[in-house]
Amino acid sequence: MKKKRSVMHAIAAAPHIFWAILFIILPLIIVIFYAFTDDSGAFSFDNILSLGEYVPIFVLSLELSVIATFICLLIGYPLAYIMARAKPEHQKIFVMLLMLPMWTNLLIRTYSIMAILDDGGLLNTILGTSMHIVGTKGAVIFGMVYDFLPYMVLPIYTCVSKIDKHMWEAASDLGCNTFQVITKVIFPLSMSGVISGVTMVLVPSISTFYISQKLGGGTFELIGDTIERQFVTGAYNVGGAISLVMMILILISIGIMNRFSEEDEGGIIV
Amino acid sequence: MKRYKVLFLLTLVFILALSLCSCGNDDVEAKKNYPTKTLNVYNWGEYISDEEDSEYGLFDVNSGFEDYFNENLADVYGCYIKVNYSTYATNEDMFAKITNSAVAYDIVIPSDYMIQKMLSTTNGSGEPLLLKLDFSKLTNYANISDDFKNLYYDPTNEYSVPYTYGMLGIIYNAEFVDQEDIDKQSWGLLWDEQYKGKILQFNNPRDAFASAMYKNNWDINSKDPTVWTNALDELKLQKPLLQGYVNDEIFNKMKGASAYIAPYFAGDFLTMAAENEDLNFYYPKEGTNYFVDAMCIPSTSKNPDLAHEYINYMISVEAATANALYIGYASPNKAVTESAHYQSMLSANYDTEYVSAWEILYGKTKEEANINYSYNPAYMNYYSDESVDIQSVVNSRWEELKTENSTEMWVHVTSIAIVVGVLSYASYDIYIKKKRSRDYRMRDKAKKNS
Repeated sequence: MKKKRSVMHAIAAAPHIFWAILFIILPLIIVIFYAFTDDSGAFSFDNILSLGEYVPIFVLSLELSVIATFICLLIGYPLAYIMARAKPEHQKIFVMLLMLPMWTNLLIRTYSIMAILDDGGLLNTILGTSMHIVGTKGAVIFGMVYDFLPYMVLPIYTCVSKIDKHMWEAASDLGCNTFQVITKVIFPLSMSGVISGVTMVLVPSISTFYISQKLGGGTFELIGDTIERQFVTGAYNVGGAISLVMMILILISIGIMNRFSEEDEGGIIV
Repeated sequence: MKRYKVLFLLTLVFILALSLCSCGNDDVEAKKNYPTKTLNVYNWGEYISDEEDSEYGLFDVNSGFEDYFNENLADVYGCYIKVNYSTYATNEDMFAKITNSAVAYDIVIPSDYMIQKMLSTTNGSGEPLLLKLDFSKLTNYANISDDFKNLYYDPTNEYSVPYTYGMLGIIYNAEFVDQEDIDKQSWGLLWDEQYKGKILQFNNPRDAFASAMYKNNWDINSKDPTVWTNALDELKLQKPLLQGYVNDEIFNKMKGASAYIAPYFAGDFLTMAAENEDLNFYYPKEGTNYFVDAMCIPSTSKNPDLAHEYINYMISVEAATANALYIGYASPNKAVTESAHYQSMLSANYDTEYVSAWEILYGKTKEEANINYSYNPAYMNYYSDESVDIQSVVNSRWEELKTENSTEMWVHVTSIAIVVGVLSYASYDIYIKKKRSRDYRMRDKAKKNS
């Protein structure tokens, strides 16, 4: 009986394992291979050692995405909370409204934002001003917040809506005012949602290249742009090395975040 | 039950859509029992006439070729043909696809320097990546102007048939740029402090560096790293004046007057000017880039004979005229440029109050050109192949340009404040929890003891 079940398991898992090998493991091996070889294919550490010159770009990408993630959290948490506390029939509408922009491709949305915020764009035409927005760091942060906000709201919403309503009543009974209920009970209980929201915003923000190219006006590069440029100009080895280091850094930062959330139940698993 | 109805309807719609799609192909199947072969054509995006518009002299060239072939040549080759057309955005993308992909392309249309690179790169069996053409099969080859034969990228003229050519110039918005600055006809306009924040520059190292080098009359193909360092200094001077480093965003920014000055290709300028009549264009007096895109057959091609027929069709007057009008780039096909139909259509499609499309594309007035179709040699100045060393020199300088002054204080301060804030909240949280559990334990102990 037991054996039969394991065969069934193997059959059921086979497509997923095949998928994972083909599209996750194999590309990873290729990246690692390029990172540790030179043009002729011989083993070399040169790519990894040459990464020192990209440190300022790494730091800038990290900084911008940290700011964007924090803003997402500031906007996203109250929104998710309000959604979770709304009537069930309203919740559906809220979720749909939140998902609505995601029906349009991210590239098209970013390009449109560029057209709206541009020096001669819609915003400046309507207001009759000549604000210079596109080409600044603020515009890139705005783009990241705009594009990735739903990834922050949805996990927090799911998490908050699962919290038992009686928690609120119990906290009130024990003398908490509304503010204390949220800070002392609801927020700690929704920590796992916050952690996964932060991860889902931070990771794509760090590695984005389209948003920074269009909204940053190309006057500065984020690490995603650098990697893209390496591959386009045929410098696969350096590109592979940067990608590898970035993956490791992201893994470490997710690890740290999980550490903090271990106290609560169920942080996200990498 | 309702749910099943919806599912059923959805399936029905899906099936209908599918069957409609497949219906479209039925007319390709003709009477005779020949197999249908697929010709894989790989071209730049928006680089072939694909709409039916007899008023503007356009038609769908790919289906035109299929019809022509299936009617006239099916018996000769014993097959029908289907064109599988796909597009790329850069020469480098195309090169990567040709060298790595499993798809055997039959036609590619790379730029000059890339053809040179493909000829100097060899595949596993020591052959170049392009096939030698059999010019006896190209009966329309006489249409190609002699000025476009034996060019530097294909000196023996064996591998390529020119498709379009074009030159780089400076686009400006006549409403905002002073006439005296335009009269200088110089690359220096891109460095003019008066237009700070309204100037655009290419977001690729090759063209951006070239503009700095042209401005100072330096050799744009220099193998001397110090020349590139000097060009970098020029670009660093320019950076504070720029609105941004851009590629195809140039179209919207110039059309919407977000920016006033940008370097770009003559053919694309015509498309922009058609939507904003204030835009005008000049070729800088210091010289400019001149590119040729040419049709080639990769050595991996499975149907070189059919590929020759495709090239031959593309340089026929009808197809070449439709393409030249659609793309808006200059045509190396003298049968096209000499035809009155093309000239009148070009002017109908692209002329504005200030702009003569003919003058911009072919560098001469219409009257002169009626006598002599050729381009103005004064603009000729090729990019030639970059050796690997120079390429890394250029890349490292480009990186330096992009990272220079790229961080601002407020970014550091804000992000550090956030990180410190989050970390202190987290550690405070942990501290409180530890303290609380210790307190509970103490209390339990106290209870037990009493």
